[in-house]
Amino acid sequence: MSQVEPWVVLSFCSIIFFIGFTGLLIRRNILVVLMCIELMLNAVNLTFVTYAKLLQNLGGQVAVFFIITVAAAETAVGLGLVVAMFRTLRSVDTDQIQLLRE
Amino acid sequence: MNISPGFFYVFAGTSILFSLLVILNRSAIASAFSLLVVFFSFAGIYALLDAHLVAALQVLIYAGAILVLFIFVIMLLNVEQASFDYKRGRILTGVFAAFGAFGMVFLLGRVFRSGSAPLQPGPFSPENIQAAGGNTRVLSELLFSEYVLPFELTSVLLLAAIIGSVVLAKRGVIEKKSKEAK
Repeated sequence: MSQVEPWVVLSFCSIIFFIGFTGLLIRRNILVVLMCIELMLNAVNLTFVTYAKLLQNLGGQVAVFFIITVAAAETAVGLGLVVAMFRTLRSVDTDQIQLLRE
Repeated sequence: MNISPGFFYVFAGTSILFSLLVILNRSAIASAFSLLVVFFSFAGIYALLDAHLVAALQVLIYAGAILVLFIFVIMLLNVEQASFDYKRGRILTGVFAAFGAFGMVFLLGRVFRSGSAPLQPGPFSPENIQAAGGNTRVLSELLFSEYVLPFELTSVLLLAAIIGSVVLAKRGVIEKKSKEAK
């Protein structure tokens, strides 16, 4: 086994993506939920880079560049929201977000 | 693909293990540090796939900026670790999510494996990239020629994110000041 087949790399990406997805569903701490989103974005990035190598087209790596930028912006705003949520609710638990129900 | 299998399997195993730790760890700070390991393994895989600029950006932006932000907020909020007690419905959700995820991975693996569509290789073969001056140079030239409009739009996005997060983070302070003024 001297070669890594492309489908192995792509399946690895999907494994990481769905680990992030599972975490998104089972965790209640909103910080960990944001981390799971980062995990999913990273898996997509790796898929882009794999296809960039596979198809010999650098457009995939340019896409990764933009995804990293969007992820950074998303994290900054998301963590701002977490801080605001903690100020009002005194908690980072997603189940505590029920102001509309009360 | 001609990448070193030994390195790839080490990095892949590390990142699968530590991403499981990210979602299963009890404390948020431990999750954050597991995420750091995942980011570094991903940077290693990018380097294996000849994406040197992306590997550097991964370390600088993900591990250097995003994760530091996470750790800042975790330490700032100083939440006690009790936020991971399962409710009754959660375990069921977890089991279903794990089954669904496993099924999707299996399905996608089959699809990737059977991928029979003929791949049309583009113009950026390793030899061409090497001749044009390396990955970073070719990528930068693409970024400032073909993709210059999205690149400029990125600056608008970053500006919006900066303003948004400042407004979100300072809202309480601004309200307090306006109350004092009245």
